[in-house]
Amino acid sequence: MPDIEQERYELFEAPAYQFEPGNFDFERRDFFKLVGGGLVLLLALDRPAGAQESGRPAAFRGDARPPELAAWMHIAEDGKITVYTGKVEVGQNIRTSLAQAVAEELRSPVAAIHLVMADTDLTPYDMGTFGSRTTPLMAPQMKKVGAAAREALIDLAAAKWKVDRSSISIANGAAKNKTTGESAGFGELTHGQKLLKTVDGAAVTPPSEWTIEGTSAAKVNAVDIVTGAHRYTPDIIRPDMVPGRILRPPAFNAKLESFDVEEAAKIPGIAIVREGDFAGVAAADEIVLNKAIAAIKTTWNIGPQPSSKELFAYLKAHPAEQRTRGDFGGSNSPVHGDIEQGLHSAAHTLDATYTVAYIAHVPLEPRSAVAEWNGDKLTVWTGTQRPFGVQAELAAAFKIPDDHVRVIVPDTGSAYGGKHTGEAAIEAARLAKTAKRPVKLIWTREEEFTWAYFRPAGVIDIRSGVASDGQITAWEFHNYNSGPSAIDTPYDIANRTTQFHPTESPLRQGSYRGLAATANHFARESHMDDLAAAIGMDPLEFRLKNLKNDRLRAVLQAAAEKFGWGNVKNERNRGSGLACGVEKGGYVATCATISIVPAEYQGAEVTPAPPKVRIDRVVTAFECGAIVNPEHLKNQIEGAVMMGIGGALFEAIAFDKGRVLNARLSQYRVPRFSDVPVVETVLVDRKDLPSAGAGETPIVGLAPAVGNAIFHATGTRLRSLPMVPRGFIQPS
Amino acid sequence: MELVVNQTHYRLLVDGDRRLLWVLRDELELTGTKYGCGEGQCGACTVLIDGAAVRSCLTPVSKIAGKEITTIEGLAQNGKLHPLQQAFIEADAMQCGYCTPGMILSAAGLLKKTPHPTEPEIRRALEGNICRCGTYPRIVRAVQMATANSGAAHA
Repeated sequence: MPDIEQERYELFEAPAYQFEPGNFDFERRDFFKLVGGGLVLLLALDRPAGAQESGRPAAFRGDARPPELAAWMHIAEDGKITVYTGKVEVGQNIRTSLAQAVAEELRSPVAAIHLVMADTDLTPYDMGTFGSRTTPLMAPQMKKVGAAAREALIDLAAAKWKVDRSSISIANGAAKNKTTGESAGFGELTHGQKLLKTVDGAAVTPPSEWTIEGTSAAKVNAVDIVTGAHRYTPDIIRPDMVPGRILRPPAFNAKLESFDVEEAAKIPGIAIVREGDFAGVAAADEIVLNKAIAAIKTTWNIGPQPSSKELFAYLKAHPAEQRTRGDFGGSNSPVHGDIEQGLHSAAHTLDATYTVAYIAHVPLEPRSAVAEWNGDKLTVWTGTQRPFGVQAELAAAFKIPDDHVRVIVPDTGSAYGGKHTGEAAIEAARLAKTAKRPVKLIWTREEEFTWAYFRPAGVIDIRSGVASDGQITAWEFHNYNSGPSAIDTPYDIANRTTQFHPTESPLRQGSYRGLAATANHFARESHMDDLAAAIGMDPLEFRLKNLKNDRLRAVLQAAAEKFGWGNVKNERNRGSGLACGVEKGGYVATCATISIVPAEYQGAEVTPAPPKVRIDRVVTAFECGAIVNPEHLKNQIEGAVMMGIGGALFEAIAFDKGRVLNARLSQYRVPRFSDVPVVETVLVDRKDLPSAGAGETPIVGLAPAVGNAIFHATGTRLRSLPMVPRGFIQPS
Repeated sequence: MELVVNQTHYRLLVDGDRRLLWVLRDELELTGTKYGCGEGQCGACTVLIDGAAVRSCLTPVSKIAGKEITTIEGLAQNGKLHPLQQAFIEADAMQCGYCTPGMILSAAGLLKKTPHPTEPEIRRALEGNICRCGTYPRIVRAVQMATANSGAAHA
């Protein structure tokens, strides 16, 4: 299993899990009550491998499932194969890849596998869908349960035909008696059975023998998406449901001082809720909601708060040393060798500071929830990456037992690390409690921009030295606030240290696709190019000279070859750059070509805008072990490149006095069709290595590759993300 | 007032100021049309009105009484997917899929006007639609495929 560094900013925010001890009394009839007859397979949790991924930390009460269960599967008497997982589909296509994993083991078509995902009443506990962990950690569990099911079906078939197991083969979703040629479908084999097997895994099919995994299976629910039939959370409709809206404070950390509903109360058919600083309304439609919100008179107490203009000074001036890197899932590296000696022996030394802004996830489906009470039992549909975490948040918020809360996550309109928490769920449930009807709450885009959390801003200082032959002699790296993921250099440097320094954050911050790996790669790979330039060495040659890691070397060389790095000619206002890195078990190298082009004509009376950076071409080579679905992998890489363009060039949250100043899509620019370069990918398939996740890592090389290309086109080194929020401005 | 949506006539008692998006979603339960921003910036709410792509989040229902409205639910005919829907599947031109209905309808509006658009024309026509998952290159390919399959007249 790849060594995966966990990121857990969000756990500082959400209340800690509190599972009360209780005796679990598992009875087989519970399962069959749920699913009818047939064959049920339970996969016992493989500790410690799966410990972070699945299985309750302790037994929990009143539930039909054993506490330490990794996965379960049901083959019904009608042959329907259903697999249950607490993972969430947010566009990363795991509904397809996990179905492929099970189909592979059951020797069945992908279409025969039905996945029930992320329903706290039906699926095994899961910590959450983040950190690129589904493919390396959940898929193997799915495969084990699938393989065990296959073996159980062989037993059933052997008994049915009274032959030895060796006479049975399983293929194309059916069992076959090799001697007589008889065959039977899975449903036929399980008919009349109430078979429950607890398994601790069976031998799974290795990548070299894959016939279903490793192929580009089509997205399993694509038809529902293109026809509009798929119901995302905002599309859920319940009887008597009404829309709700929250009355938001005018600034962060504001306290509600007065709340006057005299005028609003005259509006018929509305429910107004106020409890502490929480205030909201439920009403028949959005027009009435708006009227009611506007009619409520409030005053708020707003304290002084820093602005984005002073952000980076603030971060360095406000250490939060009571938190350590260990809180974030890593440990600070000790000093290897002797930094000062390394600097002393260098032909060139370099001291540089890099910054990254807060950015927003901007999932196109804003945070939303539908909440419905039935007595003191609560059901919530919501788009979250942590259904069981949100279940715990709801239980804590309403002081009810966990098992009174059911959280259902419909396949969600994206998340990118932004949907770890359950604010919308709690808000909708609170409104529904007073309205005494189901309430749907869809955050407005401005709420999504303001009241969600942001990718952490950060400051990175690097001190380094390089010998004239290209050997890096010293490397000292300090990251303030943005996070420790991928902080350690993959280059072979004798004298080195990397340190993460948590700080206070002016804005609420949390996970994001690739999280700090983007910041750390941006700083490191920009710095690497400057070192190469200092001694007049080609950036590719310089990296290879200092790099021993074979997997990283392989993607770097693959990207450079596809890109034609050897033939690159930089000229004024047109240049190419490259970057590479490792994160979450994936190896990436990115090459980019950019041009400095005039801004579009904006009219004679407007001061001409500075020229802009146009990204012409991006080549990404990526290796994540054995490839499960090549086409979907390409899609993820392309998507990461596109998303990375925003954070690299122009995305940044501006804030002042506790307010976000650009909380609209007309004010916060995200990549659009006009930003699309030629995007090419090189997939490096390693059938000999376990599969790693791919949703995040391909994003980390884009910003530094583009920054290096800008450097080669202009001679200007841009050390802040975003690099050109107002166009390319030559420093004076 | 009367609304004609996907060739069905609806008589509704609604405030004429209400935006088409919410009337479609909350009154007619046609939830394929998505809310994304409420200011016409993301295109998730795109529908066709008399064949032209329009942002339903900005359109008061009073303005479109009696006009032909097509939502994503009305694009497939007789159980057969529209060529754009088919092409989006074949090009794998989606990840989370939340932008997909709006993308397809914006593209359908383009093909109505310009049955054989060039790549720059496709990009320009879809510039107002955001795919945060970044499947833009695939969406361009899907529209080109649908054009090649001469589906332009379908919508």
